[in-house]
Amino acid sequence: MDLLRFSTAGSVDDGKSTLIGRLLYDSKAIFEDQLEAVEQASAARGDPSVDLALLTDGLRAEREQGITIDVAYRYTATPKRKFIIADTPGHIQYTRNMVTGASTADLAIILVDARKGVLTQSKRHSFIASLLQIPHVVVAVNKMDLVGYGEARYQEIVADYRAFAAKLNVRDVVYIPIAALHGDNIVSQSQNMPWYHGATLLHHLETVNIGAGRNNVDFRLPIQYVIRANSAVDLDFRGFAGQIVSGRIAVGEEVVALPAGIRSRVAGIHRGDESCERAAAGDGVVITLEDEIDISRGDMLVRVRNLPHSSNQLDATLCWMNEEPMKIEWPVSNSFSGQWYWLQQSTRRVRASVQELNYRINVDTMHREDAQTLHLNEIGRGQIVTTEPLFFDSYQINRATGSFILIDPHTNNTVAAGMIRDRARRVSELVQKQEEREAPSLRSSRSSNVVWEPVAVTRPMREELNGHGAAVLWFTGLSGSGKSTVAKALEQKLFALGVRTFSLDGDNVRHGLNSDLGFGAAARTENIRRVAEVARLAFEHGNVVLCTFISPYAEDREAARALAPEGSFWELFVKCDVEICKERDPKGLYERAERGEIPNFTGVSAPYEEPVQPEMVLETDRHSADELAQRILEALARAGIIPGGDN
Amino acid sequence: MDDTTLPAGVETAEAREAAGLRSRAGDEEQDADSSLTGEPVRTQVRPPTPLTGHLRQLEAEAIYVLREVAAQFERPCLLFSGGKDSIVCAHLARKAFTPGRIPFPLLHIDTGHNFPETLAFRDELVKVLGVRLVVRSVQDSIDAGRVQEEPDGDPSRNRLQTVTLLDAVAELRIDAAVGGARRDEEKARAKERFFSHRDGFGQWDPKNQRPELWNLFNGRKLNNEHFRVFPISNWTELDIWQYIAEQRIDLPSLYFAHEREIVDRDGILLAVGAYVKPRPGETVRRERVRFRTIGDMTCTGAFRSSASDLTDIIEEVATARITERGDRADDRRSEAAMEDRKRLGYF
Repeated sequence: MDLLRFSTAGSVDDGKSTLIGRLLYDSKAIFEDQLEAVEQASAARGDPSVDLALLTDGLRAEREQGITIDVAYRYTATPKRKFIIADTPGHIQYTRNMVTGASTADLAIILVDARKGVLTQSKRHSFIASLLQIPHVVVAVNKMDLVGYGEARYQEIVADYRAFAAKLNVRDVVYIPIAALHGDNIVSQSQNMPWYHGATLLHHLETVNIGAGRNNVDFRLPIQYVIRANSAVDLDFRGFAGQIVSGRIAVGEEVVALPAGIRSRVAGIHRGDESCERAAAGDGVVITLEDEIDISRGDMLVRVRNLPHSSNQLDATLCWMNEEPMKIEWPVSNSFSGQWYWLQQSTRRVRASVQELNYRINVDTMHREDAQTLHLNEIGRGQIVTTEPLFFDSYQINRATGSFILIDPHTNNTVAAGMIRDRARRVSELVQKQEEREAPSLRSSRSSNVVWEPVAVTRPMREELNGHGAAVLWFTGLSGSGKSTVAKALEQKLFALGVRTFSLDGDNVRHGLNSDLGFGAAARTENIRRVAEVARLAFEHGNVVLCTFISPYAEDREAARALAPEGSFWELFVKCDVEICKERDPKGLYERAERGEIPNFTGVSAPYEEPVQPEMVLETDRHSADELAQRILEALARAGIIPGGDN
Repeated sequence: MDDTTLPAGVETAEAREAAGLRSRAGDEEQDADSSLTGEPVRTQVRPPTPLTGHLRQLEAEAIYVLREVAAQFERPCLLFSGGKDSIVCAHLARKAFTPGRIPFPLLHIDTGHNFPETLAFRDELVKVLGVRLVVRSVQDSIDAGRVQEEPDGDPSRNRLQTVTLLDAVAELRIDAAVGGARRDEEKARAKERFFSHRDGFGQWDPKNQRPELWNLFNGRKLNNEHFRVFPISNWTELDIWQYIAEQRIDLPSLYFAHEREIVDRDGILLAVGAYVKPRPGETVRRERVRFRTIGDMTCTGAFRSSASDLTDIIEEVATARITERGDRADDRRSEAAMEDRKRLGYF
């Protein structure tokens, strides 16, 4: 049995408490004496019916006012899974509680009242889910009974939400029409909505892939505590205790301790009383090293060739959680004047100050607004400086090493939650970046003195002649994930349909066009830039272009995307567990990389930034190449790029 | 922290090597029904297999929290009641710091109304863990005039413990008291943080709690304040029992079905003994019962059960239709009884 943590947000009006009450009741997690107590309380208050909200609203003040104030945790289990439910209030004045509940969630349930449609509150919850990078979102369209269980209304809401969610960083959205009050599509399939063939809410919660949000690549072990013992069994034992927050490690592997930068090898891994050969993300371990190194709390063990960022300047999204507004410290000299905070990230706690606030984000409209500071429940982007360097990854890649809290040194309250975007940038850089985003065409004009020759035959003309549209299909994923296999299967199918294709493959390009390039970060960027330019030329000539490149950096893929018109560039994330890639290892590269023969090998000693919003996710460890190729073919047809769709 | 600076408790166990613990996994099987002797019940002979799934994750979370306590505080302690939850916490603390010793003492607030089995078990466990035990007793608080015994027939000392506990926190200058409370036990506890702040008067302010995000625990505080820390917040009763079974943790015999004399008082079956005497009109019966929670004899209700081993108990818990605290007279006093007690500094 595994464990799923999910969050819900909302008020009594949305039917949130009814939904949770229903889930708990139907999965038999509510006990008779609890129900009895709630019945008595409802009766004493003169409520006409039993108020299930009283089960979740545990504080006296909440019960008196009939509102949810704080996060409450509820528990239930089915034979397949244990569930931890973070039940949070939905009103804007409780944004901080929503953020708290979302911080540990694998899935968020967004409630939409079928009568009211997608309201501000649902949007706010979705925005927070996206900000906190909750891997899965379920849009539960509730109170279907009050709209006559009609499919049309449901589809309308789904379309509205889909349009809205396109602006967000949500990876996986599932829609389920329910009537929580009557139990429709909660545990069992609703008889009232025969038109709905998807999973029931509980079935989805039981089967959704939990590992999706986990980073299995970048080994990070923040040291919590040093364990010493001197017993008959372990003479002068000195072990480094902590929880592996991402990646994996095995005995004998080389590690480096930060900040000291000293290398050693793993001599032993202990999980409680067990000695093990390997351990992975989530495990609480004690690691011993072959060499005597001075390591203490706040240090981090990582792999030699896969380092986190190290900087004392951070670019971060902040959610302000305190009545006292954020204090911005304009640094006068090298010392703080008193407007500082403790910053706690992984197991490190250092002094920090917020140097500037770039903008505030309106959580209801998601617009950026000018602001001098952040007040309680406000979210914004700011630049932070710390007195000692931190070791971190961006929050998008690693929720554990990319998150932090700020603590007021005078009251000791936790005043802010932070999500690291990157190392801090100067304002001028930020402005420039934003301009580039807004005008993507600028990005391509590196040689600005080249004037485009007007073409005699345009792409639409070629598309008409060919009888199909042009597109760039960008397959990205780890080595061995199956990019080329799927792309080849697809190309054969396209060819059979008479579609003109053009293939660009990592290896063939590396031997010719890009034979002058290495594999460092800068060379990888240049490699992708050239390929993207070639892809664009082929695209402009009316082809369906298939590009298969590891392309580990999100920024490079974004640059490639910017070269094609919207809707023509498809990022296809070829997803496969790194262990399976290693087993496949068609060219024996992983083995060589692990022996240290290949530096900067993605997945072993160089990072892979997973696509946040790919057009499609192709899970090659779950489906055959042929199935996936067929799926892409169907999607291309639906999008009207190749014939065979609805029209 | 430096244990030697703490004043000695009523009983202090000698430190023993952690190595001594490991051999226990192969101990001989004992009869689960040895009942009233206080002997720990052992139901297995083979060593535990590695954990998987939700128990593995819950264990890792609890161990992470316990290590944060050792790292962030100077004078922590583990509140030990002799109940299954605090036994599991002690077991987790051992695993968190092995092969080293648990770097803080156990603190038992003794109401004087304990089951004799509980005390015998406590002393045995302390020896095995090689950890220091500090005991502070409610009777001392009564004798010193700090609290007054409830006037009626069989007084409950449940509320009185809070004073003894807070006095102990002040006396021993404890900055973090680790407890075995779980969020699924009770609705006020569902709102608890892992690191729960207590002000200079030991009070909990449920409406003004610090946000707790990811697994970043903020243990900063002023000098006279302290924290209560709950490593098994996310465990349910069933998780506890499954974990006890998987990890083969010894428990007091009270948890397993046995015969004893009981009286039925307001629907709660109380064990007859030194602190619970039958009142006029009550009949003493001998029945086969067990306890789902263990607190004072004066307020912990037994229930009729024939579950004599862990498999039976897990089956019973999985199909139970009332909560484990449903038999606790202390929670029945009002709708917000637990919240009110917790605000004042209760466990």
